[in-house]
Amino acid sequence: MKRNSYKKYLRTHKLPHIWCPGCGHGIILGAALRAMDELELDPYKTVAVTAIGCSARTNAIMNCNTIQTTHGRSLTFASGIKMARPDLTVLLFVGDGDGAAIGGNHLIHAARRNVDLTTILLNNSIYGMTGGQYSPLTPYQKTASTSPYGNLEQDFDVCKLADAAGASYVARGIAHDPRHLSRLIRGGIEHKGFSFIEGISQCPTYYGRRNKFSSPLEIMRWVKERSVRVKPETYNFSQDMDGAIPVGLLSHRNLPEFTDEYRKLVEQLQKGDNA
Amino acid sequence: MNSGCNMQFLQGNEACALGAIEAGVRFFGGYPITPATEIAEVMARELPKLGGVFVQFEDEIASIGAVIGASVAGTKAMTATSGPGFSLKQENLGYAIHVQIPCVVVNVMRGGPSTGLPTLPSQSDVMQARWGTHGDHPIIALAPYSVRECFDLTVRAVNLSERFRIPVIVLSDAIIGHVREKVVLPKREELTLVERKKPTVDPEDYKPFEDDGTGIPPMANLGEDYLFHITSNNYDDEGFPATNDHDIAGRRIKSLYNKIERYRDEIDDVDLFMVEDAEIIIVAYGSTARSARRAVMMAREEGIKAGLFRLKTIWPFPYDHLKAAAESANHLLLAEMNMSQLDSEVRSATHDLETKLHGLHQSNGMLITPYQIYDSLKGLV
Ligand SMILES: Cc1ncc(C[n+]2csc(CCOP(=O)(O)OP(=O)(O)O)c2C)c(N)n1
Ligand code: SF4
Repeated sequence: MKRNSYKKYLRTHKLPHIWCPGCGHGIILGAALRAMDELELDPYKTVAVTAIGCSARTNAIMNCNTIQTTHGRSLTFASGIKMARPDLTVLLFVGDGDGAAIGGNHLIHAARRNVDLTTILLNNSIYGMTGGQYSPLTPYQKTASTSPYGNLEQDFDVCKLADAAGASYVARGIAHDPRHLSRLIRGGIEHKGFSFIEGISQCPTYYGRRNKFSSPLEIMRWVKERSVRVKPETYNFSQDMDGAIPVGLLSHRNLPEFTDEYRKLVEQLQKGDNA
Repeated sequence: MNSGCNMQFLQGNEACALGAIEAGVRFFGGYPITPATEIAEVMARELPKLGGVFVQFEDEIASIGAVIGASVAGTKAMTATSGPGFSLKQENLGYAIHVQIPCVVVNVMRGGPSTGLPTLPSQSDVMQARWGTHGDHPIIALAPYSVRECFDLTVRAVNLSERFRIPVIVLSDAIIGHVREKVVLPKREELTLVERKKPTVDPEDYKPFEDDGTGIPPMANLGEDYLFHITSNNYDDEGFPATNDHDIAGRRIKSLYNKIERYRDEIDDVDLFMVEDAEIIIVAYGSTARSARRAVMMAREEGIKAGLFRLKTIWPFPYDHLKAAAESANHLLLAEMNMSQLDSEVRSATHDLETKLHGLHQSNGMLITPYQIYDSLKGLV
């Protein structure tokens, strides 16, 4: 693989991007682009779908078919695309508010249907685009503009949710280790079924400032120090991690994929008709 | 499955589903709700036989999202619902209007607000169909008044949506949706079907929202020879966000309106019954128009010169047609199963005429009967 050959998946004329300096979203996008490059995805047969938020700025600069939809709903649009055209590769970039709050129900059901979509959730623990409000993934007691006295709500493990709902490929990577994250994304694209990859990102502008991180790198290090590599054979979602963040491929199984099942139904009915 | 030639005994909802299928709809995203569910049930049964896709989604937001996605991918797509579900669809409906994605939304109206009068008929979503989603926007909405028209207007809805790149709403109601009538459906070869206009330029020159002179930009489907971007933000001709350019923003909204205004002669659709010499004209649509038609005949037997102006296209409202029809009448009687939602439209259509406007409005889950309308007509003589 040539160095920087992933850049063919960038709409270079739409650069520079508009993320803040030190934002983790660009790193995660880079990891995804490298995965696309390694798999040599045909841009004409690839669709990147986003919704609303800083996370949605990813696909405007991607060189493939790109659709930015309504807040929280990208999985619904992507499901329609994949069901109508199962031959297309469909990737999603969602935010933590976007994917786990307003879009949480769609996440559950897309995972349950096991539609062959690869969803990358850019988790920066905050609503970035709207100026730093707490999200369902803002840790307990952390500060946000709408939790000025500390977050009273419990955050949750969105990978565990995806797994419980039926996602057949679940992984977590971190912006500190983009090559590893890229491999996880690649595995998700290769996997036939619903793949969910949480990419831990950082929002120095809102999350970092409010929670006394002095630099983007400090947030990345904080995450890195707490992360532990796990393997799907030995990892289980209920194990007590004692505050550590499990990173790697978390679960992987072969389950009937929705568009495959549907195609089989169509074939069966059409055979029946001809008989 | 309908072979298209013999007499059938069908429900409005079934006819609506069959119309969609004949018009080429091959994706349906559903969520159960009375009195619309039969449409989903027919689609679930028939679409896979035709290689189409039916999916029951987790809610109405998902079902319209998927419908829009399927349409961008090149498949004619539809969803059907009633009041509460129609409310949930509004944000994504606005998205489809904004980014100019064809699709059809059937709303089999029942009484609201909220769950209101589950499954009793109503016409109280007429204004929601027009203005339910936020922001300035055009919309097309059609109102069938018989089983046969459920078929015809669904075909027409699909055609108009493909032609003008806009969601089209079929505003049926609990009576029209559930009534069973004998119908002879047109044969497939008798139908005119419209397919979206595809780009012909070189892929490098493709600008997804550039006006080609018709006001309706050609539309590439996903996975074909063109790459494109779609955004929910205001966009330039290339489809990329243009949120700081007031000039582009203003032009975009105007172009959305203009592509409909410019083709009003293709979109407007009214049915005039005995209006030529009418002194009193009833304005009605959907199931109320069935009663109104009967009332006109009863009144005519008594020598009362009554007529019916029936809206088949409700939105955009046919102001000019109504004005022309009402010019020589003394009275207009607007009859609707709601608290008078179309009153201001009828007034603005006829404001410089001498004609007096009266209303017969009922929002209690009961059909307005022919006798009620007949009595109102007699009261005006
Ligand atoms: C229906 C709706 N509600 C609210 C908003 C406002 N809004 C825009 S972006 C956003 C949150 C984005 O946060 P997140 O998903 O965490 O992504 P990030 O910006 O941090 O990448 C919200 C609430 C909206 N656009 N639509
Ligand atoms: S606000 Fe936060 S998430 Fe958004 S671009 Fe800036 S750093 Fe990134």
